[in-house]
Order: sequence, then structure tokens, then C-alpha cells
Amino acid sequence: MTPELSTSLALVTPELIIVAGAIVLLMIGVFSSGRPGALVTTLAVLVMAVAGLWLAFFTGEGRAFGNSFVVDPFARFMKLLTLGGSAVALVMSIGYSRAHRFDTFEYPVLVMLSTVGMLLMASANDMIALYLSFELQSLALYIVAAINRDSLRSSEAGLKYFVLGALGTGMMLYGISLVYGYTGSVDFEVIASVISGQGRQIGVLFGIVFILSGLVFKISAAPFHMWTPDVYEGAPTPVTAFFAVAPKVATMALILRMVMETFQPAASDWQQIIVFVSIASMALGSFAAIGQRNIKRLMAYSSIGHMGFALVGLAANSEAGVRGVLIYMMIYVAMTLGVFAFILSMRRNDENVEEIGDLAGLSQTNPVMATIMTLMLFSLAGIPWLAGFWAKWYVFLAAIDAGLYALSIIGVLTSVVAAFYYLRIIKIMWFDEPAGGFQPMSAELRVILGLSGAFVTFYVLFGAPIGAMAQAAAKTFF
Amino acid sequence: MTVGIGHYLTLSAILFTIGVFGIFLNRKNVIVIMMSIELLLLAANINLVAFSSVLNDLVGQVFVLFVLTVAAAEAAIGLSILVVFFRNRGSIAVEDVNMMKG
Repeated sequence: MTPELSTSLALVTPELIIVAGAIVLLMIGVFSSGRPGALVTTLAVLVMAVAGLWLAFFTGEGRAFGNSFVVDPFARFMKLLTLGGSAVALVMSIGYSRAHRFDTFEYPVLVMLSTVGMLLMASANDMIALYLSFELQSLALYIVAAINRDSLRSSEAGLKYFVLGALGTGMMLYGISLVYGYTGSVDFEVIASVISGQGRQIGVLFGIVFILSGLVFKISAAPFHMWTPDVYEGAPTPVTAFFAVAPKVATMALILRMVMETFQPAASDWQQIIVFVSIASMALGSFAAIGQRNIKRLMAYSSIGHMGFALVGLAANSEAGVRGVLIYMMIYVAMTLGVFAFILSMRRNDENVEEIGDLAGLSQTNPVMATIMTLMLFSLAGIPWLAGFWAKWYVFLAAIDAGLYALSIIGVLTSVVAAFYYLRIIKIMWFDEPAGGFQPMSAELRVILGLSGAFVTFYVLFGAPIGAMAQAAAKTFF
Repeated sequence: MTVGIGHYLTLSAILFTIGVFGIFLNRKNVIVIMMSIELLLLAANINLVAFSSVLNDLVGQVFVLFVLTVAAAEAAIGLSILVVFFRNRGSIAVEDVNMMKG
């Protein structure tokens, strides 16, 4: 083995572990008799944990495969967050898939393959690596959305996600071809130096717009959010939980690397795009969620709004801004997983219910569940001392430091509007007539909801080390 | 008249526009949407090959080979999702993809 190849392979070991694990688990699933779904899911979580530990403690930093793959503190932070989100989403699927008889072993294997794509996205350092990792992630996600083959809703969600997702990647690819043509390279660093050398060019500008549109599609920010509510509602709930965390973290990593590194010389151009997308998402996420009755649809609009808030930090184009985005994504993942553990526990007569009206009077029937959910909703709304407040605090502070006063004011106003529909759920839980309690939560969901509740409640106590980690990751670009 | 880079860019821009319009204005059949998606990818491919030839740089053509492979996988997945949808719904008309409003 040449020394170059062996150092490259050492850097991609976490990804290789998951790929090998996925192949082995596929074989176990095919050749075992009975229903191997739960076994394969458990093993998949273990493989991801091993890959995460390897990434955290045994992987060095550097570049691999002719500069197309990079491991730096930023990539490591985003990869660990993605792995954590995927693994917890898989744990949540165990009970649900048993109860709803879709415990196919393909689901954990597809989630693993999609997670490999996300890890590669966080490390991609040229356009070819970007496109291939992005497609590895997307193709697995299309299938996962339609995984419940016998459900019309699930297959419709898969179809809608496929058509709109493919449109997004098509636009991104067209943008990549323009950037390649006008700068003569696919390498992120070379592109950055060419752009700073030759000044503003209309072709590169078009390329940036197309690439950002394609990427923004996957984090479901307005105006490219159309697929989100339908896919969230139609896909099985554990799949929705997976969709709500992992792809968004990985795509946000890609967006950060693109705008902070590759397109940094054209900062004034992409800043306008990000500001527009951010305002549109915050406004749409706040106003469109008000009329929703289905809690999964409501979470879809809530996630659109949250992506808008996270992009506020990006628009600031500063180290504090990137740090704010990283902290925001971490808190968003913790809150969203907790809320979905709660949604998965909304079971009555062995059926999952999804209407907000079903939560009526929960404080009398399941007081512990209602209390933790109330804390989560306050946190999503950004009420002080809870984690969600600090997430917004850091991004808005960065935006004000960068002089984006209008954006900050619009952001704070829309977060007030958004607080309305979170508070409405709290009102339904605490002050309405009971609609009958839920069945007891399963053990794993109880642990996830408890951990998530503890995270949002006591974030102030351990916020400093998390902030330091995000700071170290954000330093990569400055 | 010699054919220059501008002609290729115009052709690919036209193909890309037809692809996007095919997705949004099409009110009949999901298969037509799949074909429009292919058109988007092929428009990008023409761009890449044309630039690769003008820049005298092989990377663009290597990229095209990757894109073709991924496009084949994408079409396979799209068609299989469509088959699953057809089994549940009994139709692949665009106006029948309407269980959820959105």
C-alpha cells in the first residue's frame, strides 16, 4: 500500500465501518429466518456508535484522496451530530415498527447508507465528492420515505419527495457545471482563489444561486419547502424523526463549507440570498403553522422556521455567526428528537394518533409527559433559560454584530408569532377537558424524552463546554 | 459559422428550461416528470462536456461519467417508487397524487 492511500483510508475509517456494517447487516437480514428487523436495528445502532467513537478518538485530521476529502474540527463536529441524530432516530423506530408491522430489516440498512452519505457530505472538499455524497444521501432517503409499501400516504410521500428532491439536485448540478466552467476547477480551494482573483462574473453568480437553491431544498427552507409538510405527514413517524434531524445537519454542514470557504470571495452576493431565504423561512414557518391540526405537519412548519433562524447566523458571515449556527443545530437536534419521542408515544387503543386535539387535558392523564412536553414547547418557542432561547440568542447576537438590524428585528417578531402556536398546544394540554389518556410509554422513548427534557432544561449549566466545542469547530474557516 | 461554447451553453440552458417547465406545467403523467428530471441532468452534462473541451481539462468529462451512473440509479429508484404508488393508488396521473394537500 502506498503511504498516500493508507493515510487516506485511516481518515475515512468511520465511514468504512458503517459501509461494512451495512453490507454485513443486509446479509444477516436476508439469510436469517423469521423477522430480523429489531435485531438488525439494534446492531445498526451499535455499528454507528462504534463509528462515532472511532471518529471522536481515533481519527486524525487532514486531507485524503487527492484533496477531495477533508477531516477538520468542523467536519468532526457535524459528523458526530449527524451520527447521534441517526442513531437515536433508529432507536425510536424499534417499538413503532413492531407495532405497525413494518419491521423490515431494509430500513436500518438504508438509514446507515444514507448516514454514510451525510458523513461524506460534511467532509466533501470538491464538487464531485459533494455531488456523489449528496446523491448517496438523497437516494437512500427517497426509499426510506416510501418504506411503508402498503400505505398510500407513505408511497405518496416518497413520490413527492423524489420528484422535488430530484429537481433540487438537478438545479444544484447545473450550478456546479457553471461554476466549473467559469473557474476551471472542481476543487473548493482553487475555486475560491479563482473567484477572488477574477472578481465578480455573471456565470459564477448564476452557479452560486443554483447550487444554493439545490442545497436549501434539503434543509427545507422557504421558498423550497413545498415537500416538507406532505413528507413529514405521510412518512412513518420514526422516518419523519430521522428526516427532521440528520439530513438537515449534514446539508447545513455542506452549506456552511460552501459559503464560508468556496464562495467566501463572493460574500456580498450570497449574503443577500441567505438573508432572503432566512426571512422567507422564518415568516412562512411562523404563519403557516398556525392553522395546522396534525402535529407532524405542525412540526414540519416548525422545522422550516427553525432553519430560517439558523440561517440568520450564517448571514452574519462571521466566526460568531458560524458558532451560532453550530450551537443552533445541536439544540435543534436535541429538541426535535425529544418532540418526536413524544409524538411516537401518542398511542391510544394500540393506534398512533396525530391530531393536536388528541392532546386535550394531557396534564391530568399523563402529568409527567405533559410537563416535559411543555418544557420542550417553551424551548422551541425560545422562552428564556431553556435551550431554545440560547440557540436564538447566539445567532441574533452575531447578526446584530454584523449590522443586520432589519433581519434581526424580523426574526424576533416572527419568533413571537411562532410562540403563539406552541403556546396553543400547551393551553390544550393544560386547560382543555381530558380526551382520554395515552398508553404507557415504551422504555426507550421514555429515556429519549427524559434526556431531551434534561438537555433543554439544564442547558445553561453545561452550555459553556458545548459553546467551546462549537467555537473550535467554527475556527476552521477563519 | 463555427460552433462555439456559447452555442452549447444556449442549448443546455434551453434543455434545462424545458425540464423545469416539464415538471411544473405538466398536469398529466408522472412518467413525463421523470423524463423532465433526466433532461435537467443531461443539460448539466452538456455544460460539463463543453466546458471540459474548452478548458482542455478532463475533470469535467470524468464528472459526466459519474453523473450518468447516478442518473441511472436515480431513475431506477424513481420508477420503483412509482410502481409502489401505482399498486396503492391504481393510477399515476399527477392529479391523483393528492392524498395530502401541500
